[in-house]
Amino acid sequence: MWRVRTVIALHDETATARTITLEVPDWPGHVAGQHVDVRLTAADGYSAVRSYSIASAPGSDGRVQITVERLPDGEVSPYLTQELAIGDRLELRGPIGGWFVWRTQQAEPIQLVAGGSGIVPLMAMIRARVSSGSMAPFRLLYSARDPGVVFYRDELRALSDGERSLMVTYAYTRVVPEDWPHPPGRIDAGLIAEATWPATLAPTCYVCGPTPFVETVADLLTASGNDRDRIRTERFGPTGGRK
Amino acid sequence: MSSPSGYLDGNAAAGELSKIFAIDVTAAQGECGNCGAIRRFAEAHLYMDGPGVVARCSVCEHVLLCLVSARHSVFLDVRGLSWLKFDPAE
Repeated sequence: MWRVRTVIALHDETATARTITLEVPDWPGHVAGQHVDVRLTAADGYSAVRSYSIASAPGSDGRVQITVERLPDGEVSPYLTQELAIGDRLELRGPIGGWFVWRTQQAEPIQLVAGGSGIVPLMAMIRARVSSGSMAPFRLLYSARDPGVVFYRDELRALSDGERSLMVTYAYTRVVPEDWPHPPGRIDAGLIAEATWPATLAPTCYVCGPTPFVETVADLLTASGNDRDRIRTERFGPTGGRK
Repeated sequence: MSSPSGYLDGNAAAGELSKIFAIDVTAAQGECGNCGAIRRFAEAHLYMDGPGVVARCSVCEHVLLCLVSARHSVFLDVRGLSWLKFDPAE
């Protein structure tokens, strides 16, 4: 069940987050939103397992990508984001999880809400929409501390131009870019009303972020008329990474 | 007691549960043996700070499932669930 996989590329998304591309020649295929477990074992036998969302779209040619945010007190993420090198090998289990997923046959409007590195599984859904040619209308509301910690910025910008485009709204909680129309702030009822699909369209909502963020957003979406059964959530632990 | 925000979703147990179940449990529906709420397992509140994994009902916080790995054995306690319904084709 645990398979050894080789690192074939590394890419820094921000000062503290890195995308790791792994070679997975016999990958069974995944669905956007699924995660993998990564196991690191020290020389003395001590091992630590962490879950990371898959960032790449399904069908990425024997490769799979995860994006890892470095946590100051992390046991695993500092190694993955600072020391891991191309050619290194990692133990992987997965793909895992069958609920927080977007399948390309879903045609209904999709509302994505990300808090910080919660963007990762949602990016897999966005990429899957592109690679499958899906016509499903997608909106993304992405909350980040400041512009410097936004993942996949250029790709999101490119995807939000043109027809059938992805609609992206950023909510900066601490620092906003110059000339930004709003002061920094958390997602609130006003922003939900302005930047998410109206509940009358019956969107399926995917919310991913730290636990308090997910609680708040799920409550706001419910309060704005969305059916609880159409809101799917994925929380990180208090330490940031899902354990 | 864990703090109210100290839990994750049932999703996060998928890897551990895959050790013993042939198909994904997190997408299955289950009924809470205490309050009768019917939810996806992925929606349960998951506590992973202890020696094992504890899933609690997202409505009443009743313990639904405990999973503990010890040496070569895995202990699974599901008495808090009345049933689980699997839809493998979903």
